[in-house]
Amino acid sequence: MTRETFLNVILFAILPVTALAAFALDEPFIITLATKAAILALAGVGLNIALGLGGLVSFGHAAFFGLGGYAMGILASHAQSYTPLMETPFLIEGTKSMLVIWGVAIIAAALAALAIGALSLRTTGVYFIMITLAFGQMLYYFAISWPAYGGEDGLSIYIRNDFPGLNTLDPIQFFAIAFGVLAIVLFGAGRLAKAPFGLALSAARQNAERVETVGLTPFRIRLVAFVISGAVTGLAGALFADLNRFVSPTMFSWHTSGEIMIFVILGGVGRLFGPVAGAALFILLEHTLGGISEFWQVYLGLLLLGVVLFARGGLIGTIAGREVAHD
Amino acid sequence: MSLILLIEQVLSGLQFGVMLFLMAAGLTLIFGVMGLINLAHGSLYMVGAFAAAAVAGWTGSFALALVAALAAAAAAGALVELLVIRRLYERDHLDQVLATFALILIFSEGTRWLFGSFPLFLDVPAALAGPVMLPGGILYPLYRLVIIGVGLLVALGLFWLIAKTRIGVQIRAGEADREMIAALGVDISKLYTLVFALGAALAGLAGALVGAIQSVQVGMGEPVLILAFVVIVIGGIGSIKGALVGSLLVGLTDTLGGVLLPPLLGIFMQASSATSVGSAVASMAIYILMVGVLLFKPSGLFGGT
Repeated sequence: MTRETFLNVILFAILPVTALAAFALDEPFIITLATKAAILALAGVGLNIALGLGGLVSFGHAAFFGLGGYAMGILASHAQSYTPLMETPFLIEGTKSMLVIWGVAIIAAALAALAIGALSLRTTGVYFIMITLAFGQMLYYFAISWPAYGGEDGLSIYIRNDFPGLNTLDPIQFFAIAFGVLAIVLFGAGRLAKAPFGLALSAARQNAERVETVGLTPFRIRLVAFVISGAVTGLAGALFADLNRFVSPTMFSWHTSGEIMIFVILGGVGRLFGPVAGAALFILLEHTLGGISEFWQVYLGLLLLGVVLFARGGLIGTIAGREVAHD
Repeated sequence: MSLILLIEQVLSGLQFGVMLFLMAAGLTLIFGVMGLINLAHGSLYMVGAFAAAAVAGWTGSFALALVAALAAAAAAGALVELLVIRRLYERDHLDQVLATFALILIFSEGTRWLFGSFPLFLDVPAALAGPVMLPGGILYPLYRLVIIGVGLLVALGLFWLIAKTRIGVQIRAGEADREMIAALGVDISKLYTLVFALGAALAGLAGALVGAIQSVQVGMGEPVLILAFVVIVIGGIGSIKGALVGSLLVGLTDTLGGVLLPPLLGIFMQASSATSVGSAVASMAIYILMVGVLLFKPSGLFGGT
């Protein structure tokens, strides 16, 4: 077992161990924090597919996070007010079923990623960063100025949505759902990275011309990766909205994009468990530093600056050393 | 819609565009010369506004406030360049984005620490307050006209600086071939600090000028920063001319979109839904403009390769 594999096992265990310990000590708030970390890690795993594997520096993943959130908010608000979403040409009702909401969130985010990706991937480098940022902002301003679903104030959902066989309002059961989703997606992302598609994506990041000469189309590979990445982040958005029972345009803001990127970077770009380490560290910092000083983001900024300037490879890279080419 | 209202909106769009130009010019210069994407540019705008508001509060002089804004933003820019930014030139864009995002967090929270969360206010100087009568019977605030004038003057000065002066020659040479001008004996690191401070000073000036119309608060630079990004993507990254054209396009689209779209949509749909759909579409208009430009010119209107 390499050092990184060992570290990954520990990282994977940290969240459920924390949640179970908090459950035993009857500290529901800590369980909620662990849940939040699991959901934010999921958003980071999504971004990491585009950023780490594909080298696509998307600064607009808040768009997918927010779409997932609004998929939940819109469906659940119609269900809670007993009004149909749409009557013509056919009837669409709201729903409180988490599984249906996840499906809608994934599809909505994937479609948005397809459109945004198809346009943005025509550009590279700084243009790509800025154009994804601009698409995120576009949805942000749309969410603010569209009055039907709360506009700037957002939407409150009074009761968490249903999951078959579980009481979702019980913190530990909701944690189990969020962590279960994270585990499944991590497994899938790990497989994806090793599958021919993941290898082609990595190759397109390293040398697009060579990928083209062997007969593959980098644009198409990147677009598919961007869609998968957006869909995973959208799913995380739906879960995040369910955690807070609230959605607002803040989910679309570029600070959200920046934060998702921070999870990936703090943990280590391109490492499967990087986002898990990064999100857990972020939540830990938020609640330890946040307790000491109201201005904790100054320290977050300094830490991030330090990681970027001196500790490339993030937390995992620092502890486990450089990535080995063949393990 | 009356013609007078339309002309007023065009003037507002111009004023907005000119302010965007002050931001976008710095961003595009810094990118053109150093190849650096600087998210913290909005923080320098904020530093300028806060310095102006603080100095105006102490001395009551708007001229001193402007000087303070320029000096504070240029100093903050030079300091940041020396401490952080110069380590980033050789890094990839991802590192630059993250490090400058970290700088935003530090600047924003640091400012909140110093000045508190409540907005400050900067008054328009008495000599420039009040409206003036334009030909055709249009009443328009004098201060906003002055902003348009100042912005256009700065644009002219910038073109002159780049086309005619020694510094300008070095900047253009730096854009073309960084290694070569270093080999020719130009102190490249001093040039970089200078360009960065110049960009910062322009951002600070914009912040101070706008600070007298809006409230001066933490986070005020971020919406402007993102619009400035849209501007330089439309204009072509690295091109000052592109930044000017892009700023005016974005300023006019944003202002006129909000006024013209709702009545325009009212022709096709009910007035009430036209208002809500119109305002929603208008809020996205500049991004739609950007997508349109990039579809035809992926590296912007005046961008090279």
